[in-house]
Amino acid sequence: MASLILMPALSPTMTEGTLARWVRKAGDTVAAGDVIAEIETDKATMEVEAVDEGVIGKTLVDEGTQNIAVNTPIAVLLAEGEDASAADNVVRSSDPAVGAPVAIETPSDPAITEAPAVAQAEDDRDWGETSEITVRQALRDAMAAELRRDEDVFLIGEEVAQYQGAYKISQGLLEEFGEKRVIDTPITEHGFTGMAVGAALTGLKPIVEFMTMNFSLQAIDHIINSAAKTLYMSGGQMGCSIVFRGPNGAAARVGAQHSQCFASWYAHIPGLKVVAPWSAADAKGLLRAAIRDPNPVIVLENEILYGQKFPCPVDEDFILPIGRAKIEREGTDVTLVAFSIMVGVALEAAAILADEGISAEVINLRSIRPLDTETIVRSVKKTNRIVSVEEGWPVAGIGAEICTVAVEQAFDWLDAPPARVCGLDLPMPYAANLEKLALPKPEWVVDAVRKQLRD
Amino acid sequence: MDETPSASGRSNGPALSPETMKRAYRDMLLVRRFEEKAGQLYGMGLIGGFCHLYIGQEAVVVGIGLNMKQGDKSITSYRDHGQMLVAGMTPRGVMAELTGRSGGYSHGKGGSMHMFSREKEFYGGHGIVGAQVALGTGLAFANKYRGTDEVSIVYFGEGASAQGQVYESFNLAALHKLPCIYVIENNRYGMGTSIERASASKDLSRNGEPWGIASRKVDGMDIFAVHEAAQEAMEYCRSGKGPFLLEMETYRYRGHSMSDPAKYRQRAEVEEMRRTRDPIEMLKAEMLRSGIEESVFKDIETDVKAIVADATEFAQTSPEPDVSELWTDILVEA
Repeated sequence: MASLILMPALSPTMTEGTLARWVRKAGDTVAAGDVIAEIETDKATMEVEAVDEGVIGKTLVDEGTQNIAVNTPIAVLLAEGEDASAADNVVRSSDPAVGAPVAIETPSDPAITEAPAVAQAEDDRDWGETSEITVRQALRDAMAAELRRDEDVFLIGEEVAQYQGAYKISQGLLEEFGEKRVIDTPITEHGFTGMAVGAALTGLKPIVEFMTMNFSLQAIDHIINSAAKTLYMSGGQMGCSIVFRGPNGAAARVGAQHSQCFASWYAHIPGLKVVAPWSAADAKGLLRAAIRDPNPVIVLENEILYGQKFPCPVDEDFILPIGRAKIEREGTDVTLVAFSIMVGVALEAAAILADEGISAEVINLRSIRPLDTETIVRSVKKTNRIVSVEEGWPVAGIGAEICTVAVEQAFDWLDAPPARVCGLDLPMPYAANLEKLALPKPEWVVDAVRKQLRD
Repeated sequence: MDETPSASGRSNGPALSPETMKRAYRDMLLVRRFEEKAGQLYGMGLIGGFCHLYIGQEAVVVGIGLNMKQGDKSITSYRDHGQMLVAGMTPRGVMAELTGRSGGYSHGKGGSMHMFSREKEFYGGHGIVGAQVALGTGLAFANKYRGTDEVSIVYFGEGASAQGQVYESFNLAALHKLPCIYVIENNRYGMGTSIERASASKDLSRNGEPWGIASRKVDGMDIFAVHEAAQEAMEYCRSGKGPFLLEMETYRYRGHSMSDPAKYRQRAEVEEMRRTRDPIEMLKAEMLRSGIEESVFKDIETDVKAIVADATEFAQTSPEPDVSELWTDILVEA
C-alpha cells in the first residue's frame, strides 16, 4: 500500500527544516537505508534514509523549500506494483494528525507544581542516661553497631582498615569485622565511589569514607548522577542505600584545597539527604540513621570536633531521626540557626548576648536536607529575628536558604531583616592570622544580632 | 590463515547447534527491527531527546547473552536498547519508555538512556560516558561479597575507554579479583571522533595489561566468534580468576544519535560494512550452509515483525504518566 514519507525530526530541538536536496526522484526504486533527501535542521545538514522499500511515487515539496514542519508529508512511497495514481489517493486521504506528537499538558495547579508536604520526622525522644564520649568514638560506635546489625553494611575507603582510619574513626573495625567488610582502597575516589554505588544498586549498604569531603569532588558525578538519580530514573525500581561520610569544612592551616564546606553543594540535590552532626549524640544518632536509611545520605563531619567530648546516650538502640533540628538553647529575642561546628560558635555568641540581657535561641539543624523548616519558622515567630551561622561561603549558601525560609514563611513576624554570618567569600588562606580572619567567630554573630536590635 | 569472515564467507568461531543459531538469529533480528522502528518513531516526533541506535552491533550483545545465566548482571551506556532486549526486558516496556509513557520501564521518567530492571538484573542505561564501568565493577563486587558465581557484564564503547575511571575500575577489579567482564564495543567512532584520533593505544584489548587483566580481541560482527570468546570469559570469571576484557570490533551503521550529520566518515564505508560484514546476514549464510531452510527465516521475520508492531502499538497507546509521577520515586520512604 502507498504510504506517506513525513518530514522527520532529526534532532531533539528540531520543529521544522529545509528540504535542501532530493537525492532520489519520483520513479526511483529505494531500499530501506537508501538516502532519499538532504534536510537542513537547526544543527546540521543531514541525510534522510528510506525506512521501507518501494518506489517514490511523487515528491510533495520542492528542493529549497524552507520551514517545513516536522511530520508534514514530503513524498509518497509506492509499494511494489502500485502505479502513480495511488500516490494521489494517499495524499488526499491523509490525516494531518497522523503521527503528531501528543500535546504536552502544562498544569498550573500548584497542587502539581509544588512539592508535596513531607511527613515530619518524629521528635527526638528522651534516651535517658548519658556518658561523655568524643565525636570520634560516637562515629566509630555507630558504624560498629550497624555493621553488627546488618551483614549488608560494609565500610570502604582510603586507610579505613589497617591504618585504622586517617582520623582514627574506624579504629578496631578491621579487627572485629574482617577485611571483607572493612575495605582499604587505593587512592581512587572516582573508582571506589562508583564501585560502591554499583554495589548499593544491588541492595548492599556501603559506608563510603572520604578521607576528607574535599576528595568527594573526584567522585561527585557518581554521588549526584548515579546515586541520587537512579531511583527516579528507574521509576522506583532501584534504590541506593549508601552513606558518604568524612570531615567537611576547615580544619586548621591546611590551605584552600582542604578547607571548604560542601553543605550547600549537596543540599542542592533532590534524591540526596544531608546531615551535619555537631555533638557526639548527633554523630552517633545521625550516622546510625544514615546507614539504615534506604537513600543516599551525605554525613558532613568536622575534624576539629572529632576530639571534642559531649554527653551521649548509652542506650544501645539510640538513634536520631533525619530531618529534625534540635533547640540547643531556648531564647526569646533572636533565633540563631547553625550546623556542625558553628553550633558551638552560636552557643558562645548566645552566652555573650545573655550577659547583655539578650536572650538568643540556638537551633542545631542536624539535618540540612531535608531541612526542618517547621522548627525554624516556629522559633522565628517567637523571637521575630533570625541570624544564620555557617562556616561556608555566603553566595547561594545554606544561610541564603534559611533566610529565605524565614522571609517566605514568617515575613509578618520579622522585626528585622534576616542576617547571615558566613565564612569570608575567598579561598582559605594558609597563614595563621589570615585563616583566623576568614572564619566566623562568636563576635560576628553578636554583632549581627546587635545590628538587628539597633535598627 | 583463516579466510576473512564476511557475509558470504565462513565464520571464525566453532559451530553452534541449530537451535542456538535460530535463537541468536531471532534475537539479533529483534534488536535490529526494534531499533529501525525506534528510528522511525523518532522521526515522527514520538520519541524525543537523545536516541542512540544499536544497529550493526547486534552480534556483540546477543553472542554474550547466549552465555549468561540467571543472576548475571549487566550494565551499559546510553546505547542500551539492545542490551535490554537481550536481558529479557519486554519490547513493549522498552518502547513505551522511549515514547515517555506510563507503560515504560521507568514510567516515562527515564527515557531512552535510563532504563533498569531489577527482575532482569539490568542496571541501566547510563548517560555519563564511562560511569557504568565503575558501577558495573560494583555489581561484580556485590557478586563476590555475596559469594555467588554470578558475573557482571560491563559494556562500554571505545570512546569511553579514554575515561580515567575505566582504569581505576580495572585496578580495583584486578586487586579484588572481581567476576567482571569488561566489553569494549569498539565501533570505531566515539560520537564523530575516530579511534585513531582519540586513542594513543592502538590495541584496546591490551588496555588491561598493566593490571594483568586477561583479554581477547574479537570479531564483534561474527556471532560465533563472540559466543566463543564470551564462553571463555565467563568460565574464567566464574572460577574466581578475576576480571576479563573483551574488545569487540564492531560497527554502528547509524549515527551516534539521531542528530548525527555523518560528516566524519564516508558513506561508502558504511555501505561496505553493511554489504560484507553484516552480523545478521553472516549468521544467515552460515545457517543456510548448515541446511536450515529458507522458510525458517521467513517465520522468524514474521514473528519479530509482530513483536515490534505490538510494542509500537503499545508505546503509542499507553497513556502519558500521571502527573502524580512527578513527585514519586525521589526518595524511598524510610
